[in-house]
Amino acid sequence: MAAPTKDQMLEMQRRMLRIRYFDERASKMVKRGHIPGTVHTSIGQEAQVVGATMALRDEDYMTGNHRSHGHPIGKGSPLGPLMAELVGKATGVCKGKGGSLHLADFSVGSLGESGIVGSSIPIAAGAALSASVLKKSHVSLAFFGDGAANQGVLYESINMAGVWKLPVIFLCENNQYALSTPAHTVTSGVIADRAAGFGIFGVRVENGQDVLEVFNAVSEAAARARAGEGPSLIEVVTYRFNEHSEGLRIGTDYRDPEEREQWLKRDPIVLFRNYLIAEGHFTAEALDALEAEVLAEVDEAVRFTDESPYPEPETAFADLYTDKEEQFA
Amino acid sequence: MSLMSYLGAIGAAQREAMDADERVIIIGEDVEANVYGTTGGGKSRADKGDFLQMYGRDRIRNTPISEEAIVGFAAGAAMTGLRPIVDLSYSSFLYMAMDQFVNQVAKNRYMFGGQASMPVVFRSAMFYGLNTGAHHSDRPYPMFMNVPGLKIIAPSSPSDAKGLLRYAIDSDDPVLTFEACLLWGSKEEVSDEEYRIPFGKARIAREGTDVTVVAISSSVPEAVAAADAMAAEGVSVEVIDPRTLVPMDTRAILESVSKTGRLVVAEPAHRTCGAAGEISAIVSEEIFDALKAPIIRVTAPDMQIPFSPALEKQMYPNRITIADAIRKVAGLR
Ligand SMILES: Cc1ncc(C[n+]2csc(CCOP(=O)(O)OP(=O)(O)O)c2C)c(N)n1
Ligand SMILES: [Mg+2]
Repeated sequence: MAAPTKDQMLEMQRRMLRIRYFDERASKMVKRGHIPGTVHTSIGQEAQVVGATMALRDEDYMTGNHRSHGHPIGKGSPLGPLMAELVGKATGVCKGKGGSLHLADFSVGSLGESGIVGSSIPIAAGAALSASVLKKSHVSLAFFGDGAANQGVLYESINMAGVWKLPVIFLCENNQYALSTPAHTVTSGVIADRAAGFGIFGVRVENGQDVLEVFNAVSEAAARARAGEGPSLIEVVTYRFNEHSEGLRIGTDYRDPEEREQWLKRDPIVLFRNYLIAEGHFTAEALDALEAEVLAEVDEAVRFTDESPYPEPETAFADLYTDKEEQFA
Repeated sequence: MSLMSYLGAIGAAQREAMDADERVIIIGEDVEANVYGTTGGGKSRADKGDFLQMYGRDRIRNTPISEEAIVGFAAGAAMTGLRPIVDLSYSSFLYMAMDQFVNQVAKNRYMFGGQASMPVVFRSAMFYGLNTGAHHSDRPYPMFMNVPGLKIIAPSSPSDAKGLLRYAIDSDDPVLTFEACLLWGSKEEVSDEEYRIPFGKARIAREGTDVTVVAISSSVPEAVAAADAMAAEGVSVEVIDPRTLVPMDTRAILESVSKTGRLVVAEPAHRTCGAAGEISAIVSEEIFDALKAPIIRVTAPDMQIPFSPALEKQMYPNRITIADAIRKVAGLR
């Protein structure tokens, strides 16, 4: 497995920063009422997201879940239409029909996030079936949480992808909580170990705050998939820094504040920045410049959003079917 | 033309589509061994027409018993270049995959602002009237009519089964086809040519002037038989088979009822929130003034399906109950 190039590492940091600044801005916009409803941020989990998406090719497929902005951003989707979608503008990546929970950008292989926990997993596997039957080299990756790891459809999907040796990667973002529920209280055994029962490759990335560890694990899985060796289950241990969703107030202290403090010290973006400087890949100034550049990109995405019109009410009645005539026959 | 059964017509449409387009694949339980009779030619693997021999394991995908994954895989495959035909065998098994049908198959195109297209056909057969008991006798198409984004068809004859299925496979939207097991053996002359029957075009199974019967699935031949019986009593009955329930050819129904002023709707599904209720509502909303008598629905009752033949027989519309409804709506009783 080739080590990532300098350019690739810079791109990793750029995409992690995009997620961080995008989500920080989205959080503010929810609290100020600029974004209707709520959003689920990937703040704290950027290494887990970007390590995975950067290990994929541009044309590779991906599905995600409600923690939904990081995945398309990590896959290379431009920020403006994503932000516009969160606000419900006509220029949104889904024309304002999806919102935060249902971001999708087919132009970068993002086949859709999902508001239903676990529901998009077989979609990713189906995309891998296409690649397999049509003899394409695409790999497909399903992002899902530790909570979704207890949905039956995951195991139906792993089993069927296993017998058909499909080029799919099942990537569990184990941020250790499903909403308020600690994973260890509802999860029997270790998620990654479940792979063994299906005869597929499984691995637990213990340090999901290290983008390179995640990158390496997913790169190996992608290589196996492309070589016809079938699916992998990768469990990445990470932590979400924010509340389950923005603006949510949960009465009970389900997370130990001390635990969160410890994890905040393991900020994936700070860790990687320090690594890039310590290894002599980039100077602090260069990385400062990158941060300013990405901040400007997010500002620009917000400006694009602000200047975009809301969709015309009648557009609510399009895009259900491919043919209009039959829709209103 | 050849004499073809309903089941044979489905097999023929599948074979034509598999031959015409490499992207068409068949996914389902027991499809390799042709257990349900639409993926084979004869009794043995060596027979000409065996789908596995003709198309190979890449395109004939025999699955584990995992309906939720089957439906989800097919949806993901349809979004990325394949055109799957999914054989779910019994309609009752669709419930296992309800999340995939409702949240993924039906919603993805819309939620993603038109980025996705979903060219996939989900076939299933309704095994009612065959003493299979409550778990296998369902007629669940009205539930799915309630889900925007799905197209729903229910062919009632071999010719329709072939032409509608072929059109469904060509469609870029998800189609659920509900076949009636009771009709599997029915035979008629079917064109050997490739043809497609567009959705949203009802078939007038019998022309008439006094009463309109809109009938669905196996209620169609029963309604035609009732119409024959009523002709002897001097009542001219028009039988309309909508064939596709989403989209529905409301114009054909409204035109017929405008002419007759009397409507009976017959279908094998449960009464509450059924297709018959929907059709009745459309007619009342659109042409209430044309009605000379209240609309009558002939449906299965809101009751589970019992096993014993002595009990099950009475559950679905038949030529006698439909004829009774015709007499009533015509003021003869
Ligand atoms: C099928 C389903 N059940 C419950 C919910 C409500 N819900 C939304 S997110 C969530 C927690 C998911 O946890 P996890 O999969 O670990 O993802 P995370 O939020 O931790 O990233 C729950 C219970 C849902 N959206 N869908
Ligand atoms: Mg979680």
